[in-house]
Amino acid sequence: MDSLIYHSPALIVALPLVAAFAIPLISRAGYRVRSTFSLVILGLVTFLVAVLAVDVHTVGIRVYTFGATAAELALPGGYMVPVRIMFQVDGMSIFMGIIITTVTLAALIYSIHFMKAGDMFNLFVFLEIASIAGAGLAAYRTNMADALEGGFKYIVVSAISALMVLFAIGILYSQYNVLSIAALANYMQYTTLDMIALGLLGGAFVMKLAGVPLHMWAPDTYTVAPAGTTPMILAASYTSMYALYRITFTLYGAHIDSTAIGWIVIVVGVLSMFVGVMMAVHQTDIKRMMAYHAISQGGYMLLGVGVGLAVLANPVALASYGRDAINGGVFHIINHVFYKALLFMTAEAIFFRIGTRDTNKMGGLARNMKWTAVFYIIGALAISGIPPLNGFASKLLIYETVLQFNPVLAVIAMFVSLVTLASFAKVFYSAFTGPEMPAYREVREVPKSMIIGMAILAACVIFFGIFPGLIVDNLVAPATEALINQAPYINAVMGAVP
Amino acid sequence: MSALTYGYAVWAPIVWIIAMVVIGIMVFIWRNRGQKSYKQGTAQTDVFLSGNKVPPEEQRHVKAANIYWGFFESLKGLYDAMMKPHTGIVNDYIIWFVAVLAVTILILVLASL
Repeated sequence: MDSLIYHSPALIVALPLVAAFAIPLISRAGYRVRSTFSLVILGLVTFLVAVLAVDVHTVGIRVYTFGATAAELALPGGYMVPVRIMFQVDGMSIFMGIIITTVTLAALIYSIHFMKAGDMFNLFVFLEIASIAGAGLAAYRTNMADALEGGFKYIVVSAISALMVLFAIGILYSQYNVLSIAALANYMQYTTLDMIALGLLGGAFVMKLAGVPLHMWAPDTYTVAPAGTTPMILAASYTSMYALYRITFTLYGAHIDSTAIGWIVIVVGVLSMFVGVMMAVHQTDIKRMMAYHAISQGGYMLLGVGVGLAVLANPVALASYGRDAINGGVFHIINHVFYKALLFMTAEAIFFRIGTRDTNKMGGLARNMKWTAVFYIIGALAISGIPPLNGFASKLLIYETVLQFNPVLAVIAMFVSLVTLASFAKVFYSAFTGPEMPAYREVREVPKSMIIGMAILAACVIFFGIFPGLIVDNLVAPATEALINQAPYINAVMGAVP
Repeated sequence: MSALTYGYAVWAPIVWIIAMVVIGIMVFIWRNRGQKSYKQGTAQTDVFLSGNKVPPEEQRHVKAANIYWGFFESLKGLYDAMMKPHTGIVNDYIIWFVAVLAVTILILVLASL
């Protein structure tokens, strides 16, 4: 068991990689064998993430260096800077790991029928892997022209963003000769070139997380991706948000004008919230509507963390509301992934049964698809911030803290929640209620595996809503602490500064 | 464990659920003391459209495109402006990306001087 914990940072990456290459071979043994194998591997990875989370929570930051005599040995004898490939796991990175594995497990169960980088280059490589896999998943239905188009747009946007990330890494490497985030943060001089690198990294990550005005690809991609794969594309987007936070807080956070950066993040957040929700309420394609809501909800996460970033240099404001604002923004990531994955699954369930995403052609579906209707209601209430579901808890943290920072921003956030509720009420009314449509008289509920996948996510939405204190204290607060306090992250690699 | 404590306030979902259950029971009791002459399935519950002929059930369902019509009509200018950049052309998305990168870098460089 100790060995398992010791090597878990490497196993969490290696197991899915090996399994991905093994699956085409295993598929030859039959559909059931393939599904069972995928489920076992993903279950094992989820278990390893949970074990690593407990370890990080009790022991502290974990450093795993490949090729070193001991994995925790970040600096080889006689070296001043880390030179090997290295994973660094702290509260924030394990938080993202929990989100991705949990939501992927639920998505895999739904589909049966139907990070943690420690240096800049690893960050780039894993983002690229996620992007390439995401494009393939979005274009899964190769018989549909719009699926290929959605996948193509995703890969173009991802490739150009990745190019900018690589360019920025080149700028930093040419100045400091290191790639480790901790070493870069330690040596950074905050030159004009560093600011250009920050702009390139920030723009690229905002593009990948679909922040307004760089969001246009998201509806085109999310709409066509099968719901079983959407949670993974969604998780890839929020990995970019993690990368953005890691860069702004850990790499640049100590010395730059965090107020200016914070306000840039806030402006992108508010624009994303407002434009996303106003576009969503206008849609008649159910998945396109949900894709615009994903953009809008991303705005809440940026708003919360942006407020924390803006007051990072002000200890009084940080203690008074800044830390809770970041808690709210980070908590909203995990809440959003759960309810948005659930909502995408309900939309896909409708498409699976009636063959259209057009809400103008729907009506009375709750009569025959009762479970789908119940899960839709849970997801819709959660995304609209209705108590006692999980969306309310994180939105409440954001409203209360943003109100102290700037009341106008809090009013916009509340308005966006109202329009979100109106938007989901519109779809609920047009798709699920009303008289039975003659064309859908024979429609049946979706298969059990799809119901189980949705039920797991609905259970998470309810559990996180009823026990927000448990989640914030044990998962979110350590992630926030890892963002705010850069010293332990740097010292874990570079050694304590005397 | 359940309650979320932040800054100067607290959110206790279990207390909220208990309060909602109590309010629900009170509303249920109050409702049961209401009008007794209501009878389901009689002419009392038929649809009345100012004396006009009532269309068949499936034609009475309001389509999604017609919901919030007034809201969209009053905000037509805003929607026209918001729809314009959503061309669906990936080249346009990249032009936006380049423009945003230029503005962001300019702000950051000026802020650092």
